[in-house]
Order: sequence, then C-alpha cells, then structure tokens
Amino acid sequence: MNADPVVGRAVPRRDGPAKVSGAAAFTAEVPVEGTAHAKLVCSTVAAGEITGIDLTEARSAPGVVAIMTHHNAPAMRIAPLLITLRGASFTRAPVMQDARIRWNGQPVAIVVAETPEQADHAASLVRVSYALAEARLVFDDLKAGAPQPDHVQGEAPAVMIGDAEAALRAADTRVDQVYRTPWHTHCAIEPHATTVAWHDDRSLTMWDATQAITHSQATLAEVFSLDLENIRVVSQFVGGAFGNKMMWSHQILCAAAARLAQRPVRLVLSRSDVFRVTGGRTRTEQRVALGARADGTLTALIHEATTTTGISDGFAEQCTFPARVLYGADTFGIDQRVVELHTPANSSMRAPGESVGSFALECAIDELAEQLDVDPLDLRTRFEPAAHPTTGKPFSARHLLEAYRLGAERFGWAERSSAPRSRRDGPWWIGQGVATATYPYTRMPGGRASVTVSADGHATVRTAAHEMGMGTATVQAQYAADHLGLPLDRVHFEYGDSRHPAAVPAGGSAQTVSIIASVVAATRALTAELLRLTSSDSPLAGAGTDDVELRDGGIYLRDGGAGQSWPDILRRAGRDELTGEGAASPPTETAQHAMHSFGVQFCEVRVHDVTGEVRVSRWLGMFDTGRIINPRTATSQFRGAIVMGIGSALSEETIFDERTGRVLNATLAEYHVPVHADIPPIEVAWLGHPDPLAPMAGKGVGEVGMVGVAAAVANAVYNATGRRIRDLPITPDKVLGL
Amino acid sequence: MKPFTYQRADDVASAVAAAATTPGAVYLGGGTNLVDLMRQNIERPAALVDISRLPARIEIGTDGRLRIPAAATNTDVAADPVVRRDFRIIAEAIVNGASGQIRNMATVGGNLMQRTRCLYFYDAGAHCNKREPGSGCDAVDGHNRMHAVLGASPHCMATHPSDLAVALAALDARVHLAGPAGQRTVELRDLHRLPGDTPHVEHTLEPGELITTVSVPAPPAEARSAYRKVRERASYAFALVSVAALLEVRDGTVVSARLALGGVAAKPWRAASAEAVLTGAPATRASFERAADVALADARPLTHNGFKIPLMRRVIVSTLEELS
Repeated sequence: MNADPVVGRAVPRRDGPAKVSGAAAFTAEVPVEGTAHAKLVCSTVAAGEITGIDLTEARSAPGVVAIMTHHNAPAMRIAPLLITLRGASFTRAPVMQDARIRWNGQPVAIVVAETPEQADHAASLVRVSYALAEARLVFDDLKAGAPQPDHVQGEAPAVMIGDAEAALRAADTRVDQVYRTPWHTHCAIEPHATTVAWHDDRSLTMWDATQAITHSQATLAEVFSLDLENIRVVSQFVGGAFGNKMMWSHQILCAAAARLAQRPVRLVLSRSDVFRVTGGRTRTEQRVALGARADGTLTALIHEATTTTGISDGFAEQCTFPARVLYGADTFGIDQRVVELHTPANSSMRAPGESVGSFALECAIDELAEQLDVDPLDLRTRFEPAAHPTTGKPFSARHLLEAYRLGAERFGWAERSSAPRSRRDGPWWIGQGVATATYPYTRMPGGRASVTVSADGHATVRTAAHEMGMGTATVQAQYAADHLGLPLDRVHFEYGDSRHPAAVPAGGSAQTVSIIASVVAATRALTAELLRLTSSDSPLAGAGTDDVELRDGGIYLRDGGAGQSWPDILRRAGRDELTGEGAASPPTETAQHAMHSFGVQFCEVRVHDVTGEVRVSRWLGMFDTGRIINPRTATSQFRGAIVMGIGSALSEETIFDERTGRVLNATLAEYHVPVHADIPPIEVAWLGHPDPLAPMAGKGVGEVGMVGVAAAVANAVYNATGRRIRDLPITPDKVLGL
Repeated sequence: MKPFTYQRADDVASAVAAAATTPGAVYLGGGTNLVDLMRQNIERPAALVDISRLPARIEIGTDGRLRIPAAATNTDVAADPVVRRDFRIIAEAIVNGASGQIRNMATVGGNLMQRTRCLYFYDAGAHCNKREPGSGCDAVDGHNRMHAVLGASPHCMATHPSDLAVALAALDARVHLAGPAGQRTVELRDLHRLPGDTPHVEHTLEPGELITTVSVPAPPAEARSAYRKVRERASYAFALVSVAALLEVRDGTVVSARLALGGVAAKPWRAASAEAVLTGAPATRASFERAADVALADARPLTHNGFKIPLMRRVIVSTLEELS
C-alpha cells in the first residue's frame, strides 16, 4: 500500500489531453491499410419476407466492391445473448440468414465500395421488395394478457408477499396510478463503428467501438466458428456507449462482408442507423399502487410493469427492481410482463429498469405524501426497511437515511413550500421535488488481469477493459498504484485489446470493481512469483504471500519489516520483467447480503405560466455508493447520468409510427437530448462510507445517478404547478393540460 | 448521397449564369439543410452552385431599408449592431433558432429556402406528396404533433421551420431576386406558398432564381416588438409555436399592430385579420384575446397537434400584453 494513497484523489483523467487535442483515434479513424467502406441497406417494413432484391443499378455504381444479401451471406450462427455471459447480444435474431423481416430497420444488404460516399450512393440504388406480413406494433392493443418473461435479469418476474391487493383495498390511504415512459435511444456522440480485417480464412482483427471486448471476441468465435485465439478485438477509445455499444448485427455483417470482399471493411453507422439498426430502451407502462396507514407506513406495495422486446429477443426491462429493494411494506405485489413487438431489440440503456421504474415508484410515493399531508422525504423515512424487504437479506451497507438528511440540509429542502402552485418568480412557477435512487451492486464473473513489473521500477496492468469516457484508465491506475505501493506516474494501465487478459463487459456499473478484483488476483500471483525468485540471502527468503506487503516499489515483510525492491529482485534473478496473471475471485459477496448503491435526487424547476415550458434550475444528487476512488471522474459520471435523466424527464422520446414500426425521429435534431442551456449547475455529493463487502469498499457510480431523476423533476413540476404528469416526457402541452 | 458536380460563384451574375447553364443545378448556401437532405437522399441535385461566398455586407440602404445580403450568415446578422438596435426581433429570432454551430454556417437566403422538418418528408421510406407528388401523405393519419394548424391541405400539413422568416414577415420584409429573366422583388409574405394540391411547389421563385438580398423597412419608431418561441428544450429545437409581434400603443389605444405566427403553417403566417382587430382597439387583454381568436379562427387541429391552437392563443395574448 501507499503511505500516501492516491485512491480518493481527484486525479485528472489520463485520456483527457489526447481527447481534447484530437490525438485520440476512435474506431472510425484507426488507419487500416486497404480498407473498403460499407453501408447498410435496411428494411422499410416491420414484418414479412423479402421477395426480391434488385442489385443491377447498385452493382454498376462507381467504386462498388461487393454487395452481400441473405442470398450470398455466409452461414453464421446466432450471437449469444449478453445475459448468458458468453456473448454481448440483445437478440437471437439471425443476421442476414433468411428472407424474414423482424423489424423496420433490419439490415437486408450491405454494400462495400472504395469510399464511404460510393458505398452510400450504391446503397441508395438497391431495390428491395417485400411481401408484408401482419406486424405486432401497437402496444396498447397487445398489452392485455402479455405473458410473464421467464426471468427478469435472472430474477423472478413476480414477487408476491401476502395479499397486496386485499391490503390495498383495506388501506386507510391509497395511491393507484399508471405511469408511462416512451422508447429511448442512447445517442452516444460517437456512432457505432467497426473495421474488420481477415488475416486468412481463420483469423481476423476487429476494431470496434465497444463496451464488451472479450464478449465480442467470443461472439465472433461462435458466429463464424473460429478459434478464440484467432480473433483480436481492439477498442481503444469509445465516444460514449451507455449500454448500447454491445454486439449488434453491424459488426457481424462487417466481418462477413470483409470476408466476401477479401479486404478490410469499415462500417460506420449513420445516426439514423443507430436509431433503427441497434436497440434502445423499451417503452413502459407501470402500475404502482400503495396502501398506507395513517402514520404513513405501507401496508401494500404493488408495482406491475409491462415492457416490450423485439421478435426473438429476451430482455425484460427490470422496472420493478427499485420496488423490490427500497421500502418496507406488509405486502408486495410485483409483477412484470413483456409484449413482443416487431421493433428493434430492447437493450440495456443507462440504469435499465431502475431509471424508468423509479419514475413510477417515486412519483407514487410523492402522491402518497400529498394525500397524507406529510413531507415526501419524511414519509420515505417511515418505511425504511431494516433488511432487504423482499429477500430478507441484510444490506451490506445502506445509509439512505443519512443521505436524505445531509442532502436535505445541503439543498435547503426545509424551505420548500409543500403547497403546490405557491411560489412564483414573474411568469415562472417554482417547485422542488425529491426522489430516491438505487442501483444494484454487481461484480460479473470471468474477469482476468495481468500485472507486470519491470527492472526500471514501473508496473503495467493489462486487461481487455473499456474506456468509454468514464475514467477507467485513470481510476484503475490509481487503484493499482496504491495496491502495488508505487507512485501513480510509474503505473501504466493498458486496456482496449483482447490480447490482454479477458475482461467483463463494461455494464451494470460493474467494470471498476470487477477489474479491481482481477488486479488483486494478478498481484497475488505476481507476488508469489517474485518471492519464488528471491535468493536465499534475501530477507524475504521463505516468506509466503500472506507474510509480505507491497510498498515503496518492492516487497517487504509485514509490519515494517525488511524486504527488497522489485528491480533488485529482478536484477538478481537476471530478469527484465515479471508478470503475474490472475482471475477475479467469484463474486460471492452477494450470496448472503443485499448490496446496492443508493442516493437521493433533489431538484428545483421553473415552469412557465403561459407556455408550460419546464426548465430545471437547480440540482443536488447525494449518493451512498461506498468509497469513491476519484472524486473528479465520479462527479462527472453522476453529473452525466443526471443530465441523461433530465433528458428522459423533459424531452427524450423515440417516436415510432405504429402503422409501420419505423422510428421517425432518427436524428439528433429531432430526438431531443438536453442541450447545455437545459442543464443547471448540478451539485453532486456523496457519503463515502465504505461498503465492507465490496472490493475497494466501492460500488458502481455510472448508473445510480440516473435513477430517480425523472421522478424528482415530475414531483417538482407538481410542486410548482399542481399538475401531476404521469407520462414522460413532461412537455409543455401536458403541463398546460392542452 | 448521389454524385454531383460543384462550382463556386463569386458574384450574382455568374451564379445565375452557372445555374442556368448547368442541368439539375441548385444553389448551395451554408449547406446546413441541403447537405443533410442530400445525405438522406431526399435532395438529389446533379450540380451545386455555391453562393456562400457572395458579398455579405449588411447595410442601411439609401432608402433607409436594412439590406441583408442572402449570403450573410445567421450569426453575422444576429450580431450586427444596427440589427440589434433597430431590428431587434430579427436578432431574437435568429438566436432562438438552431445552434451556434449551425448559425455560423447558415445563410439568410438558405434559411428562407430551408425545407420542412416533417418527419415523413425526411424519411425516404415514407409517403410524402411534397417529396414525391401524388404518393400520399403519411402525416395525415400518422405522427403529426409538429404539423400545421393553419393553411394545411389534405395533401400536406407540413410547417415551415424558419424562425427568421417569421420575424421578417412581421417586419414587412421584401425579398430581392435575380434570375435568368432579370431582377425582381417579392414581399416576403408572398415568397412561400401554401400546399393546396401542389405541396411540392413551396415558393414563388422561378426556376434558376436566386435570392440576392432581403430588405426590411425601419419599423415604426414607437413600436415595441418581440419574438417569442416555445419549445421543449431551451435551444436547438424547432418551434412548437412562435410569435413575432410589433405593437404601437398611444394613450392606451393600439395605433398599429403586426403579428406573424410560426410553427403553425407552411409559411410564416401573417395574421392580418388580427392586426385589423387590434388597430384602434384599446390595448387591453380583452382586445388581445379577441385578436388571438380572430388569428386562429380558421385553425384546424390534426390528431396530435391540437395543443398548438390554445398554446398559440396563450402566447399571442401574453406577447401582446408584454408589448402594451
């Protein structure tokens, strides 16, 4: 350990200078000799069969190298689902293997040409005809009797404790409402991009904008029947991912097209391709019903959610997860249903489930507080559970009440007027709202890392991890520096390449702790190896890994004992460097304990009396996510998530034409993510209490920051105007009731 | 994107000549709309004549009119000291439109000539009478939240997206044109056409005609003016509705009024009937409400845009109250 730890310090991000100076090469820019460029042709219908593809014009267009359709695509196996931990796909739909159309936007041809412009033009000349089949597109017509999924992210789709409906009927006070959220699209600033080069017919390299390097490698091995070691996946910089830079059809098609074209092929998705070819976040319809006694304690907590998936998909959005973990109640009635539609796949989008699920739950809590005439924050303290309310497991660490208290003080919650429509500044009504956030702690199994020490006193950590802008490279170097007992500038962190030891996908806010567990294992292996190298006259002779500690660039007997520096050990052993590699321990910490991040979101909004425009004027997020490794990168993560949550609250909605299943607003001009002018100063704070069961005592920070945001905004809008908006986004027409 | 040829014109005469002699040529300003449409294969010109380098000096003419060359960028117009002082709603409308980056590129002529943002117009897979005459309109029974409530036809209910055009309509701007047959001038309010049964014919320009200048008379010295735009996000969004208004009030009575509405029709909608109601009326909320009712008397909602009518009414009344 470092005597003066760097963990906990606001270290500037390591990739910052390269990114702001333009030196960082993103996937679409990586130079690959002899590359041809591809463009997708996508279906304009949602269901049916391709009856004909006329390539005559396209083939004769300038620069065309090859065109692939289901007629000449190679046989490719189904990509394994992300949930299986063997792949990174959200759909089992075959990729260009048959004439069947499963959604509007499905790739039906890929055109390869010498330049991107030529590919684009030739693609526009491909003529496809279809025999239409009846498509499942209208959610409202199909939701009745929707089946339960087999599971929801590995959990039971329903949790029934007691008779919640009876308890609701008998309750002194009741809230029973339906909340709706629309389809969302991730909108990372960097569109998906892939380049594939085959070295021979058994080996390839794929440069890809991905958050799942190891699992993309495994997917290609499965799909193309290749040996894992013959596939290299490289992903050095990723311009945002938010859960959507996983394995989709475009990487598979790019690889197949590169084989067909016999040369490297690059495919950069257009913005509209991102909306139509890859998945998004399902729309949801959620009933939340709460029964309460006069003292506010809950007799019934019912949360029923219906979400959608594409055809052949399996991802049930875990909307009801917050209701399973946040509050104590006498009875629970939790149920999830899924409607299969001819749409793109539902995929993981930042805080899948929790973000939209908390909108319903946390608005309902606010409605209950209103009915009981109790402060909504105070009300939440009345059903704070002693243990996980639906599993009974003890929490490893839960400091939510403290977060409420400190957050309220910092925000000045006590000065809020509880009466709706009671504060005004000129034409603007002012309101304040609050909502709770929670997100599960996970550590995915399967990660590995290596640690190499060299005779010049440097260490290099390697793992096939991902840097999508969160600060991975920076915080992992910080952790490794402390763990190895080295100054930060002597620690390198190499990532983004499947040649490094395998890593878990960057998802579920789990990458940081998962890598740390791998580094711990690798360091232990390295230490054992170094000890084996020590000579008999070393003070370390005969010592085991448990007898020593790493500090000051070397290995020393515990409690300030004697030891040797690595350079010394390596030199005496005649080695330039030494590497230890290890696999993370199995994530057993969640076996007996409920482990979650928590937080509370406070906000102030201004709602225009005449126009109904809502502008967020102040934000405070107070989080309980264990130990924070780097306050600077963590703050940025929390803030980014809050910004995304504000978007979901006020403006984001992917619009489908329900007659055709086509995404209509497939551009950043028409899909409204927040702009700078929409975002107020966002204050972020955290408790920092270590979670004793988590590696490094820290939990993920990437997703919890989005949870509760939309509800806090909706609750503030109610406080400002007296209007309760239960379907997102909260647009002026809804606010004015027009 | 279809292959095309490109040439740059240095003056109006050579631009017009180039367009007249090059088959399939269209004029290219900042490209912020045209290039997008070309990338989507919605516009497929064979040739571009780049007019973005034509002279762009903003000045007051000898007739006292503000003269804005068509090649002036939106940013330059909005930053011009005379515009900011004497033609404030032009600057307001511009800075309420698009984003800083787009305004830096976009020209005044291109702004007026930009195409609708109807989502079906933008999707080559959809039916659109504007894009393909006679193919039908998917917006009629489709998603039409952003569509027109005034002057629409069963064939097309698209809106014109410009903010600047709404302000210019309220200011009685004129558009000066040059074409193969020489020069002429049209009132801005007559530049755009309502869809009728020819929604693909969007304006009154003759083939090959080029907007060279927009000129604007000085507004009445006593008039107060405002441009008001409503949208979900605070920037980079087209108007749900917008209002450009000038109001001249003396001793509690409206002496003159000009009202143009945006986001509701295929053209900037000058509400002449409302202006007539206002002129000579007491400057009271009741008058403004009556004027708004008159302005919207012919408004017809579609499935998803009914909110625009009461929203516009609120914004008209509130804007006029603010100016009185």
